[in-house]
Amino acid sequence: MAYNLKTLTQKEERITGGHRMCAGCGAPIVVRTVLRALKPEDHAVIGVATGCLEVSTCLYPYTAWKDSFIHSAFENAAATVAGAEAAYRALSKVGKVKGTTKFIAFGGDGGTYDIGFQALSGAMERGHDMVYVCYDNEAYMNTGIQRSSSTPKYADTTTSPAGSAIPGKVQFKKDLTMIMASHGIPYVAQTAPFKNLKDLYEKAEKAIYTPGPAFLNVLAPCPRGWRYNTPQLMEVVRLAIETCVWPLYEVVEGKFILNYKPKNKLPVVEYLKVQGRFRHLFTKENEGLIEEIQKEVDRRWNRLLELCGEA
Amino acid sequence: MEMGIKDKLSGNEAIAVAMRQIDPDVVAAFPITPSTEVPQYFSQFVANGQVHTEFVAVESEHSAMSACIGAEAAGARTMTATSSQGLALMWEMLYIAASLRLPIVMSVINRALSGPINIHNDHSDSMGARDSGWIQLYCENNQEAYDNLIQAVRIAEHKDVQLPVMVCYDGFITSHAVENIELLEDEKVKAFVGEYKPEYYLLDRDNPISMGPLDMPAYYFEHKRAQAEAMKNAKRVILEVAEEFEKLTGRKYGYFEEYKMEDAEVAIVIMNSTAGTAKFVVNELRKQGIKAGLIKLRVFRPFPFEELGKALSHLKAVAIMDKAESFSTAGGPLFTEVRSAMFDYAKDTKAVSYIYGLGGRDVRTDDIMTVYQDLLEIVRTGEVKSTFNYLGVRE
Repeated sequence: MAYNLKTLTQKEERITGGHRMCAGCGAPIVVRTVLRALKPEDHAVIGVATGCLEVSTCLYPYTAWKDSFIHSAFENAAATVAGAEAAYRALSKVGKVKGTTKFIAFGGDGGTYDIGFQALSGAMERGHDMVYVCYDNEAYMNTGIQRSSSTPKYADTTTSPAGSAIPGKVQFKKDLTMIMASHGIPYVAQTAPFKNLKDLYEKAEKAIYTPGPAFLNVLAPCPRGWRYNTPQLMEVVRLAIETCVWPLYEVVEGKFILNYKPKNKLPVVEYLKVQGRFRHLFTKENEGLIEEIQKEVDRRWNRLLELCGEA
Repeated sequence: MEMGIKDKLSGNEAIAVAMRQIDPDVVAAFPITPSTEVPQYFSQFVANGQVHTEFVAVESEHSAMSACIGAEAAGARTMTATSSQGLALMWEMLYIAASLRLPIVMSVINRALSGPINIHNDHSDSMGARDSGWIQLYCENNQEAYDNLIQAVRIAEHKDVQLPVMVCYDGFITSHAVENIELLEDEKVKAFVGEYKPEYYLLDRDNPISMGPLDMPAYYFEHKRAQAEAMKNAKRVILEVAEEFEKLTGRKYGYFEEYKMEDAEVAIVIMNSTAGTAKFVVNELRKQGIKAGLIKLRVFRPFPFEELGKALSHLKAVAIMDKAESFSTAGGPLFTEVRSAMFDYAKDTKAVSYIYGLGGRDVRTDDIMTVYQDLLEIVRTGEVKSTFNYLGVRE
């Protein structure tokens, strides 16, 4: 069936409104779209790492989650959900559960690229039938915008502040999607809430309904950390994709597939200039830094084109 | 009551056999000496199709406890085993397992904590987890390890408790030594533990729940209070389960074992395998007409405050022996808690602390004998020369 956002939004929401995520935040859009890909008749066990999403959607005695939900700690959403999935397999064997239950873990980039990386790698390697979704907002936003290994080079964060001696974070962003592809799991994809959410929805559907482990890395901008105007969320995502800073691709059983190739690849400066976290790059003393970012974006993009057979 | 099955097993084998008989839904574990054999033996039962368990060979103990939390929350009867650094790595998740009220059962094969790294026995690992909200049962030998593990399932899952349980026994001394043991028939264990029927669980699709919310000052305290109440309930349930177990096996369990305590004037309070060594010393002293006794604590959490305090009230002097250092400079953790109970119930009994056997230092009968000699000296002089003592260390 052809993708139709209007029809799909008729499906019952699995995360309710009234949660406390910020206006202009990418994460709730990511969660809603991913959960929309569940078949209405299927039940889900959803695990969330400590972070903005968790503390804003499940405050005792309220919950925004209509499926079964568990939060236990920061670094272990993958292990926790893996345990629940093992329980499902064990109880299915003895006929104690009915119907189909799917297992989905959500974590921010801190809980995924950094502190939760080991648990993620372990759960994927063991082959649990689950999806891990990283909503990547490129810093520890819940604690107040500290740098993570996902933070892009030269971004200004509270622990990689731009100063007169050091112009923001000094390292390039870790390429987690490639690392997860190297795990050799059935399905890995990089996506974002782009245009009518088709790319994200279809990848979520594949991830959820491909047997075995799947990983989705989803760009989820943060208006507080990135410093853009909240109504500009979708525009910021579009620029990340059109500049090839965040290419959309998937790795299906080891095969790399490019899902979107900009007709007119924009220079990274178009993406950087709409965000306050890169403002210092436009000063006289920081000349040349944008060029360095451009070079790395190009290098990664060209490598991806090669992997996808598009070079 | 019929006779059980006589066998010769190491402590770890006995635990693995108990786990096979319990047939839990999920076991998630990571290798660490000296507990490694437990998941090792158990994974063979899985490989042989002797259990229906999903065995999750996780990549760390942190993930072991996290996976246990996910599995138990999902509605599965879940077990694991660990030692030392493994328990230390689980530390964060121990508190969360208890506060989520998940009746996970874990064998803790006691081993010294790093550093320096040491694989041998003391109790610093489980003593470090004493305030994590887990029930803690301690075992003198293989038989007790086996018996306690089976009882632990019932205690943990009782509706008035719903707390995780650690079954602690001494690394190598108990875990690897082969002893005679009496096992129950498989069907009897299955019948005793019964079917696990949680009230709320993630896989109940008709009643979806959210677990692990952010809990602000308006509710957090009440949740902690309820957790403390469950631990209080565990005191009653532990005895109820023990009574039922005794009917099945003839083996009696309480909060602690009193050995020749009726007319004792001096005694030691001790846990796990060294109790066996100390009982031999008590027998020797009794031959000399000395009224020596011993209390072996089985239940450290919940702490039998009143019962233990009262049991020490008729003594003239008692030595409380810790196989763990708390670095408080005020005695080991067992000493401080026992002495606190004595303030209410055994004020006239003189109490001294001994820290012994750290990092697997051998504790021989003549070492224990010196402790009783010290106690007799206190009785003779009416004076405590040294409250805080170390046994068997080179100063």
